[in-house]
Amino acid sequence: MSFLSISQVTKAFGGLPVVNAVDLAIERGEFFALLGPSGCGKTTLLRMIAGFETPDSGTISIDGDVMNNVPPHQRPTNMVFQSYAIFPHLNVFDNIAYGLRKLKLSKDQLRARVDAMLATVRLEGLGGRAADQLSGGQRQRVALARALVREPKLLLLDEPLGALDKRLRETMQVELRAIQRKVGVTFLLVTHDQEEALSLSDRIAVMSAGKILQIATPRELYERPNCREVADFIGEINFFHATVREITDTTATVNAGLLGIVTLPSANLGSHGIKRDDHILLAIRPEHVRFAPDGVAGEITSATFLGERSHFHVKIAGRSEPVSVSGNAGPQGSAVALIFPPERLIGLPSAD
Amino acid sequence: MKNRALFIYALGYLAFLYVPVLFLPIFSFNNSQFIAFPLTGFTTRWYAGLGADAAMQHALGNSLKVGLVTALLSTMLGLTAAKAVTQYRLRGAAAMLGFISLPLFIPDIVLGISLLLLLGLLNLPLSLASVVVGHMLVCVPFSITVLIARFEGFDRNLEEASADLGESGWMTFWRVTAPLMMPGILASLLLTFITSFDEFLVAYFLSGTEATLPIYIWGQLRFPERLPTVLALGAIILTVSVALVIAAEMLRNLGVKKPMVGA
Repeated sequence: MSFLSISQVTKAFGGLPVVNAVDLAIERGEFFALLGPSGCGKTTLLRMIAGFETPDSGTISIDGDVMNNVPPHQRPTNMVFQSYAIFPHLNVFDNIAYGLRKLKLSKDQLRARVDAMLATVRLEGLGGRAADQLSGGQRQRVALARALVREPKLLLLDEPLGALDKRLRETMQVELRAIQRKVGVTFLLVTHDQEEALSLSDRIAVMSAGKILQIATPRELYERPNCREVADFIGEINFFHATVREITDTTATVNAGLLGIVTLPSANLGSHGIKRDDHILLAIRPEHVRFAPDGVAGEITSATFLGERSHFHVKIAGRSEPVSVSGNAGPQGSAVALIFPPERLIGLPSAD
Repeated sequence: MKNRALFIYALGYLAFLYVPVLFLPIFSFNNSQFIAFPLTGFTTRWYAGLGADAAMQHALGNSLKVGLVTALLSTMLGLTAAKAVTQYRLRGAAAMLGFISLPLFIPDIVLGISLLLLLGLLNLPLSLASVVVGHMLVCVPFSITVLIARFEGFDRNLEEASADLGESGWMTFWRVTAPLMMPGILASLLLTFITSFDEFLVAYFLSGTEATLPIYIWGQLRFPERLPTVLALGAIILTVSVALVIAAEMLRNLGVKKPMVGA
């Protein structure tokens, strides 16, 4: 059995299922992210693991123990709240020491333990600072230290970087990952920010409307999304309608309309049970589309300079939506030709 | 022109409020037992008289006892009710709150008579305890009102964070809720104490043989020669009340300066 094992967990509020028969298995020491748009049920799932909500059905177990009837204060989990929930009447030291009362440590032991944690989150010497004198980044560190100092089996993080500005967020991402490696605790992060999930996690579960759509490593999610929603949610992607002509063990030939007849590795169709004559979607990332003279003709309708590479919208005849391309080409209005390398095309079942 | 009229109105209003009250200290130092101008001379003998008045001191003791017990019990009940109403999804919370606040709108004399009848029917003796019960009916709504306002700015995540960090409901209350609610709790204690200390009608019906201070003062008014002493007593109560109000206001500001939300 996995370290954190969630089996058929369902939770409804006022008759509306918010989390719908979710199965999830997380291994010890993993940095795992629950990724999804707001309202997809990810926070409710997190709160059920912490014990603040009770599942209507299904079981949650941590390290082999079923948690369903264990109150929050007896669970081996600790949480970093989205608002950080720093106790405003206590200073930094007392905030971090808050959860250590029951250990009945001596004064010196307590100080040593809190100081070590202050060092881990790089807040050395700030123990005496009052809660209302902390910056956003410092509050985040205190919240993290307060949870980690209890040495939980599982650390839950609810949009922990959401309240920080972009620059600080990027610094904290690197640091969060380093801290997780150092302490070795299993981290479960909830976020709506795909970049955050991709850069931090070992594995990601993409959630939508109370369901988990796909569980995979960041690379797999990006390169092999298993449905249109996941492909759309993770990064940018172009879709083309196509019809399957022929499938063999190694290749698949599809009629991709504007792109002509394309032969791609059949592995790119995934395990969706796609068969001959099916209507499918071909998906390709902007950076995999290439500018080349002998491709599909088009015109650049917008060009955004992003440093080493630029981002383009290319209008091609017979298609209303522009194609997103990342690379190097001329300014807006230039005539270009696009090549869609078959090995980069991913086949997904079409919704209709 | 308009401003001037408003200014005069405001001045008149303030005079109407405070001039009568000022007579108390003025005449309490006047060397005559008749309350009339012109003043005849300065004396502190009415205050000295208070020091030797055992009946007054007994009544004062009763009022302090009743006030303290009423303030503590009302604030405890108010705290739990305010917490329940603001923090839990309760069915019928609004109706319940309405019922709790109803005694505010029932005339005290009706409240006093009904409680007197009830105690009679139950064969319970009148005592300071029955006064406390009556005063709680009057004070709990005040307490709830003060505390609800305080709870509305309270971040529930703080209590969840405490539970998450291993504390049970009771310890969470002591370590997080109570300290953060302290300005509200103190304001409620002061308000309910003063309300009880002042209260005459309900106490008059329910006190039996043990007089509270307002009842004692009411009794003294029958004796004209005791009037200056009553004024001296009134002046002391006035001073203490003003000091308490200033203290309560400073506490409130203290609470404002330190924002209590976690974010």
